[in-house]
Amino acid sequence: MTTLDRRGFLAGASMFASLGAPAILRAEDAIKIGEVNSYTAQPAFLKPYRQGWDLALEKVNAAGGVDGRKLETIFRDDGGKPEDAVRYAGDLIDAEKVDVLAGGFLSNIGLALADVANQRKRLYVASEPLTDALVWAKGNRYTFRLRPSTYMQAAMLVEEAAKLPARRWALVAPNYEYGQSANRWFKDLLKRAKPEVEFVAEQYPALGKMDVGATIQALEASKPEAIFNVTFGGDLTNFVRQGTTRGLFEGRSVVSMLTGEPEYVDPLGAEAPVGWIVTGYPYGDLDTPQHVAFRNAYKAKFAEMPKLGSVVGYETVNSIAAALAKAGSTDNEKLVSALEGLKLVTVFGPVEFRAIDHQSTMGAFVGKIALKDGLGVMSNWSYRDGAKYLPPDSEVRVLRPAG
Amino acid sequence: MTVLTPDIILIQALNGLASASSLFLVASGLSIIFGVTRVVNFAHGSFYMLGAYLGWSLTRHLASFGAFGFWGSVLGAALIVGGIGILVEMLVLRRLRRAPELYPLLATFGVVLIVQDAALAIWGPEDLLGPRAPGLTGFVSIFASRFPVYELFLIAVGPLLLGGLWLLFRRTRFGLLVRAATQDREMVAALGVDERRLFSNVFFLGAALAGLGGALQLPREAVNLNMDVSVVVEAFVVVVVGGLGSLVGAYVAAVLIGIIQAFGILFLPKVTLVLVFLVMGIVLAVRPFGLFGRSAASEGLRTVAQESVLRPLSTSSRILFALCVLLIGAMPLFAGGYAMGIVAELLILAVFAASLHFLMGLGGMASFGHAAFFGIGAYGAALALTALQWPIAACLLAAPLGAGLAGIFAGWLCVRLSGVYLAMLSLAVAQIAWATSFQWVEVTGGDNGILGVWPPPPFASRSGFLLLTLVLTAAALASLRIAAFSPFGYALRAARDAPRRAEASGIHVRATQWAAFAIAAAFAGVAGGLYALAKGSVFPTYLAISKSVDALIMVLLGGIGSLTGPIIGAFAFGGLEAELMASAPFWRAILGVVILALVIVAPSGITGVLGRQIGKRQKSAASA
Repeated sequence: MTTLDRRGFLAGASMFASLGAPAILRAEDAIKIGEVNSYTAQPAFLKPYRQGWDLALEKVNAAGGVDGRKLETIFRDDGGKPEDAVRYAGDLIDAEKVDVLAGGFLSNIGLALADVANQRKRLYVASEPLTDALVWAKGNRYTFRLRPSTYMQAAMLVEEAAKLPARRWALVAPNYEYGQSANRWFKDLLKRAKPEVEFVAEQYPALGKMDVGATIQALEASKPEAIFNVTFGGDLTNFVRQGTTRGLFEGRSVVSMLTGEPEYVDPLGAEAPVGWIVTGYPYGDLDTPQHVAFRNAYKAKFAEMPKLGSVVGYETVNSIAAALAKAGSTDNEKLVSALEGLKLVTVFGPVEFRAIDHQSTMGAFVGKIALKDGLGVMSNWSYRDGAKYLPPDSEVRVLRPAG
Repeated sequence: MTVLTPDIILIQALNGLASASSLFLVASGLSIIFGVTRVVNFAHGSFYMLGAYLGWSLTRHLASFGAFGFWGSVLGAALIVGGIGILVEMLVLRRLRRAPELYPLLATFGVVLIVQDAALAIWGPEDLLGPRAPGLTGFVSIFASRFPVYELFLIAVGPLLLGGLWLLFRRTRFGLLVRAATQDREMVAALGVDERRLFSNVFFLGAALAGLGGALQLPREAVNLNMDVSVVVEAFVVVVVGGLGSLVGAYVAAVLIGIIQAFGILFLPKVTLVLVFLVMGIVLAVRPFGLFGRSAASEGLRTVAQESVLRPLSTSSRILFALCVLLIGAMPLFAGGYAMGIVAELLILAVFAASLHFLMGLGGMASFGHAAFFGIGAYGAALALTALQWPIAACLLAAPLGAGLAGIFAGWLCVRLSGVYLAMLSLAVAQIAWATSFQWVEVTGGDNGILGVWPPPPFASRSGFLLLTLVLTAAALASLRIAAFSPFGYALRAARDAPRRAEASGIHVRATQWAAFAIAAAFAGVAGGLYALAKGSVFPTYLAISKSVDALIMVLLGGIGSLTGPIIGAFAFGGLEAELMASAPFWRAILGVVILALVIVAPSGITGVLGRQIGKRQKSAASA
């Protein structure tokens, strides 16, 4: 085992790294961001995310960095395990001396990183984890989040669901925190908006192991008028294909979380579920100047269209850069103050990191799935500003004990 | 609440049968391979996944040939996967023929890691949706519901395949040899049968069946990178519930599980996580050899080569250990925070591995669910610290107590079995514990876990925690060593090597093994409790299958024939994984290659090789 020393591995590793990633600028006085994510466990979202990240970093550094210092990122793959994410966060703080932590895809990893950030008093900008607990129940001073949370996306869809004539709803969600809280908020908010609705069935298939035929039959047996879906990834693909064959969606409205994101609708190809009301990202049709510039730069660099992950990676870097510029320092206490109430213009529009709960007001697009050139895209979409889909401040203070 | 009407009953039964056929395709191959070669083929799920991916690629190339193209692709994928199976057998497993059964398991785990990264590199990260089956795209109306024709086709495939295999095994010479080798492979070899060819053929058949199963999923499921692990565990459950070596049993078990699953979710939708394991636990508790399994003759899972004898440490080794402890104890003087954090973690893993080794190496009981006790210890300490606000010493005591109590219960269930059955029952227990930690949100926080489990001062600093860990882990490892050389340890090894003779000399074998199970669980709990404090948080992943597999790898990598093995294995594997994950994008494949290389070069583990080197040196020194 003596041959397995650290240097040998790093040499081999850097050879691998150079295949996949652009060389990292090693400026002596660079500002370091430590980024921990589940690259090998969630590659479909995180490959575009990483590309978006690299694009933003390149842009920031080409413009001279922040206060004359370049930004540098040190990436770590947690393999989908929170305990490894915690170890790398410690490594990044202790050994690599990073100034800021970022990343996280799965909610439990986001929460674990947030807890380390709180313990070590280090800023953590969570990009993707959707759990409400990250900024509310377990929110802390050092943690901020960019993406619209489970609550916000459910609230956006409830607005549409309440307009439908349907009263009998069936719900299907993957059996873990995200799925359960999406269902809970959807029921809660829809009941408030439209008291006459009833929920006739709830299915919780194991994530990634949905027994599709039996689940569809169980939903069918409850004779719903509409369906709320939270499954995504492989489960969603199988659910759509079998549900279509079995006629589950005929004559029924379906309202669905995240299904308009290219990560999840692209694999369905021409079998994309036309007419579903979804949250997502209309990358091809969003023609605001900021988005067109971003899309063109992304296409030029990677020869493919951006996905939602690309936007999240891109704007996470921009948020951190904006906070650094506003604080004029890498002092984490100053950075926290700078991020509270920080405003920036993203490719989706203006966004503010709320001082009250550290949640950004980045919104999402709500629209209907349509087919275009053999691919599912969003039609009749509109942007829903996240600021309008958060509970009143008095409620937020109750939800967030950390203040 | 769902009302069971005749049409719902019928449709759900059909759904169950369709899932059962898919499962049976994979399980049958697994069962045949295990029956003949005794290899617990962890890579069987990888064969299934490769079948799906290859089928997807072939259907794209052969799309212009219509129905012929589709079915040709399915068969082609199965044959190619069969070929890959032969390669795995020839290049890897053939070299491990004489090693205890668990080493091939470790090797197949290396194959799993390599295939995962290879599939990612070749087919990319996105889920791939295959074409629908030509001619079978429609549905039939059953009462008011629609049922896909392709599912009906799948329902027919299961029994057809079962019939085909029955004919193959009853009516051909190859089948005769397979059945003979399943019963007694030494005898078959002694009768002049070319064992190598037989094994290759069996691997081809088993892998091709898995590949066929994967390719047949194309019309109903998106191909994705997680297909392998999710299917292999369920396939193992099917094989064990049916009874090892019984194909009819495997089919009945697949049907049983498919049907229970289909009806279970009508009434308890959240039970999906654990239903399969509940079924297995109940079946094994009632029928220890599965539904159709026969005596213990076919289920051996040797953990240790018989000739290995434990010896007390030599004086030089004792000095070496003392120096290691001193060196680690002095780390706060010269090392950085990260290095101290890693070493603390490796020490904890060493106790975890040593506790499994106590069960496996000394007790001869391979457990696939040892992480349950690690996790229960972690939750015990975390709850004591955060919810109950106990002092740190009480928390660290709560961990082994909780895990030990769980071990007493699990041991009572498990020690009545042996070999693969015991291993699988321990897996079922662990999965039920995992599902509990996942589902019992009020207490465990569900998958969001328990946060803020940081040790109070003076252990809050890296150096303070390292010293605490060093003291406790050194004490734990020393206690395990003392236990191994105590009368109890000798009794345990006697029970492992010759249960009847042990029984005859007055050792109560069952009670000894039960006690060993509880002790191993309690020590895993020590490790879990410390781990919770090291990480500051606890999650259901601590009880997951992958953690149990990690423990197995550490023990086997280090070498099961020595008490030092698990410690070295923990440092080698834990350190390697941490180092690779930090820096290499394809770290899983690299880890897989390293595991394969080590297993092939050193089938007795790292300590085995070291032992041989030292032995040689001593010999040459003596002769010089």
